[in-house]
Amino acid sequence: MSSLKDQACIVGVGQTPFTRGSDEEPDNFRLQLRACEAAIEDAGLESQQIDAVLPFVSLGIAEEFAVHLGIRDLRYQATSHVGGACPGASLANAAMAVSARLANYVLIPGGWYGYSGRKVREVVVSDVSVMSGGVTARDYYFPYGLTVPTQWFSMMARCHMDRFGTRPEQLGAVAVAMRKHAQLNPNALMRERPMTLEDYLASPMIADPFRLFDCSLEADGAVALIVTSAERARDLKAKPVYVMGIAQGQPFPADDIATREDVFELGLTSAAPRAFAMAGIGHEDVDFAEIYDPFTFQVIQQIEEMGFCERGEGGGFVEGGRIELGGDLPVNTHGGLLSEAHVLGMNHFLEAVRQLRGDAGDHQVEKAEIGIVTGFGDFGDGAIAVLRR
Amino acid sequence: MAGSQSGYGKPLPLMRGFTKQFYDHCRNGELRFQCCTACGKWRHVPRNTCASCGSWDWEWARSNGRARVFSWTVVRRPMHPNFTEEVPYAPAIIEMEEGVRLVSWVVDCPPEELRAGMPVEVFFDAVTPEVTLPKFRRADA
Repeated sequence: MSSLKDQACIVGVGQTPFTRGSDEEPDNFRLQLRACEAAIEDAGLESQQIDAVLPFVSLGIAEEFAVHLGIRDLRYQATSHVGGACPGASLANAAMAVSARLANYVLIPGGWYGYSGRKVREVVVSDVSVMSGGVTARDYYFPYGLTVPTQWFSMMARCHMDRFGTRPEQLGAVAVAMRKHAQLNPNALMRERPMTLEDYLASPMIADPFRLFDCSLEADGAVALIVTSAERARDLKAKPVYVMGIAQGQPFPADDIATREDVFELGLTSAAPRAFAMAGIGHEDVDFAEIYDPFTFQVIQQIEEMGFCERGEGGGFVEGGRIELGGDLPVNTHGGLLSEAHVLGMNHFLEAVRQLRGDAGDHQVEKAEIGIVTGFGDFGDGAIAVLRR
Repeated sequence: MAGSQSGYGKPLPLMRGFTKQFYDHCRNGELRFQCCTACGKWRHVPRNTCASCGSWDWEWARSNGRARVFSWTVVRRPMHPNFTEEVPYAPAIIEMEEGVRLVSWVVDCPPEELRAGMPVEVFFDAVTPEVTLPKFRRADA
């Protein structure tokens, strides 16, 4: 088989509203089902035409989606246990399935009551099977009160600040850029809450060096994607978004963040060159980047690890408007997990598709041709997709 | 999992398998890590095989207990109900002279005074009758 490049397309996207709080009883599956129906409708398909489902880890099983959508002939399913890298990993899986003709129309759902239901901090504490490193965390981190991602990644940020001189104002530049973009996005939770660098620096410290505004927004929301082959995409109503390149990776060891030899290594470090090579592009070809942002520091880190700049230079890279709309590399044009909502990185794919369809309204990147979407899971598993219109 | 009988409410390791062996050594006043007997590489967290050479042969090698602070965070807003009273506290990554790292606390250093490279040494805190946690104190260089 020749390259996977341009063999698969995203042809449908759907979402529920992103909220903090809901009148309904929190039911992650029901929320995702609504997003699935919206995506299927967006693709111009009937739900029975879906023949593959790739659920998000710990948030559903394929059979449950099949039963509710009336899928009589589910011919492919898989779940990737890589946390927030799951959407990207599932997209790789979907691209392979459709180009190998194992399935025709693949559904990738992802969503949760991340605000109204069990919060991330509670999930990690209560169910170690949910993430790689769950056992490491339970037995070697939790006894010392190192219990949530905010605390794990703030330690990495401190290393970066000590080693490279990265400053709080540079983490703040990420927060401010994301918040700026959110002002232009009707879906963003922080739409009417502008933020200055002063506001950022004044926000309360959560786990030093992470302040409140370094942390993403727990939210209720779901997104679904429909993937098919480039061939089948031509017959559907929406402008197809082509998967030019896709890859995933893991740091070593993936399940322990404290003992990693290369402290700043991410799965993305090895995945990015692979995805760029498949796509046949260079960094200068990227018109926008939706970067998985559970915390501001990870935006800086992923920009470095993808090779947009040298390791240690990410702090300078994000300053001066470079990552804002109108800058050289607009990042998280929807506001990201930081200012739109934390919907598991599925909302990053949603935004990328809208950008490439020309449907991003006030936060549209002019002449958007090629965009990238990253995923980051657990202790640093990574995925990256290069998409084009 | 919390030691409700002894009144210790914080999360405890699940005392089974390698975890139990590691913490049982701590209860005996010894900080031991797995060391591959085929290639000599120390490792933590405990595993079945050596990722460097693939050997299944290893032993619990005793560390000299001397280390330096590698990194840390200062928790100022509690994220777990049983640590509320400790705030502010600073979980740290400690790097032993043998090269392995682990998460622990430096108990006699205010969070603001922590520095990367600060020399520390291990001591043992029997938080329940079954579980002893290795913790660290400031040391001379």
